[in-house]
Amino acid sequence: MSSSEQSMRRVTAIRNGTVIDHVPAGQALLALQVFGVHGENSNPVSLVMNVPSGKHGNKDIIKIEDRELTQEELDKLALIAPHASVSIIRNYSVAEKRNVQIGDEVVNVAKCSYSNCITRGLREPLSHRLKVVSKDPFELRCHYCGRIQDLDSLVENLI
Amino acid sequence: MRSLITMDDLSNEEINEILDDAERLMPVAKGDIYLPLLEGKILGNMFFEPSTRTRMSFETAMKRLGGEVLNLGAVASSSVVKGETLYDTIRMVDGYSDIIALRHPRQGAAQYASDAANVPIANAGDGAGHHPTQTMLDLFTIRQAHKTLQGLKVILVGDLRYGRTVHSLSHAMARLGCELVFVSPESLKMPKEIIKDLENHGAEISESDSLARELESADVIYMTRIQKERFPDEDEYKKVAGSFKLEAADLASCKENMIVMHPLPRVDEINPDVDKTTHARYFEQAFNGVVTRMALLCRMMKVEVPSKINEVKK
Repeated sequence: MSSSEQSMRRVTAIRNGTVIDHVPAGQALLALQVFGVHGENSNPVSLVMNVPSGKHGNKDIIKIEDRELTQEELDKLALIAPHASVSIIRNYSVAEKRNVQIGDEVVNVAKCSYSNCITRGLREPLSHRLKVVSKDPFELRCHYCGRIQDLDSLVENLI
Repeated sequence: MRSLITMDDLSNEEINEILDDAERLMPVAKGDIYLPLLEGKILGNMFFEPSTRTRMSFETAMKRLGGEVLNLGAVASSSVVKGETLYDTIRMVDGYSDIIALRHPRQGAAQYASDAANVPIANAGDGAGHHPTQTMLDLFTIRQAHKTLQGLKVILVGDLRYGRTVHSLSHAMARLGCELVFVSPESLKMPKEIIKDLENHGAEISESDSLARELESADVIYMTRIQKERFPDEDEYKKVAGSFKLEAADLASCKENMIVMHPLPRVDEINPDVDKTTHARYFEQAFNGVVTRMALLCRMMKVEVPSKINEVKK
């Protein structure tokens, strides 16, 4: 059994829902914030953190029961887990595989983190645009002010 | 070039062509020759922040070339105080003018305006971002003094964090193969994105905390003001105000052709006794704003500057 399979089996299989694999180690809790999972009133969630991954050192895995993530939610996930792979589970089987893909630009997913950026002005109507300058290491810059985005505070700026 | 937002909008070749145009336009800038290249064109001067040199030199540049200028006027007497967005203000002036010069306290405002407008936007300073038209006049001044823009050692001093003039200038000088030394207080160091960009251009850069140590080998010393208005609180400003000062006596061991520049206004970073030395260039630099902005306005509105203009007498 591969280390990845061992990691996946640390928690029981889910009947219906979403499994997100290859989340960067330690980022799973942040990813849950992105999906608006706060614990009290959410669906059952299983987390596996800091397990070995053949691809990217260590990784986290998230299983959300009875919820299929939308493409819009996956676009947000791409900001913190650009290499994540997503499986939609129906009746214990993988019904659909989705790769999180990030293009050259992220539009209207997150605001620029710089407080003096023009896009932080009230009611300015143009889109929030963050350019993907580099995928590895992941680097985002605001299209307007050019500031490198602080990835740790990105979740606070999600739209 | 549609808009000029950062120096990345100009290639090295275009920079040199525009500076050549500016050189030929010098008698027009001085008022010795009347050359109405921009007759019938209107510049929308939109300054949301205080400005003396940039606003007036844009206006002079346009008028010397026979064009007209619309001024936003004081922000307090415009629709901005009624809560109008920059987007709406730009869309309106876009319909009134052929080109817009924009200064705004928020970083990224020029790119935002360019995305909103149909006419070209000249970034006249966006928060702590960029100030490329200032860089063009800086380059013109450096080329006047050294006859080249390549291979020079340039010392940038003062507020490198919030100083938009040094952000744009360092981009250009790095691309032109100059060595850059950054001298600033710890809290006002060059932003990480600028450093990254400069490294991507293959620039030779270093940081120093001593201006005195760098003076002897410099070809250009570019002083800047510590900008009180950019500090979130006055105590932080007071900690670094007056960090680096230049006096005539400090220049004794400098190269003969070394020049001292400053985008002005200055506070106390250059003692007035430097004004009388052969090194001082900041007043010529301020005048050069007119001639380089004339050349830029022509380029951005796709009006060719004639190769010979001496014949057209006033």
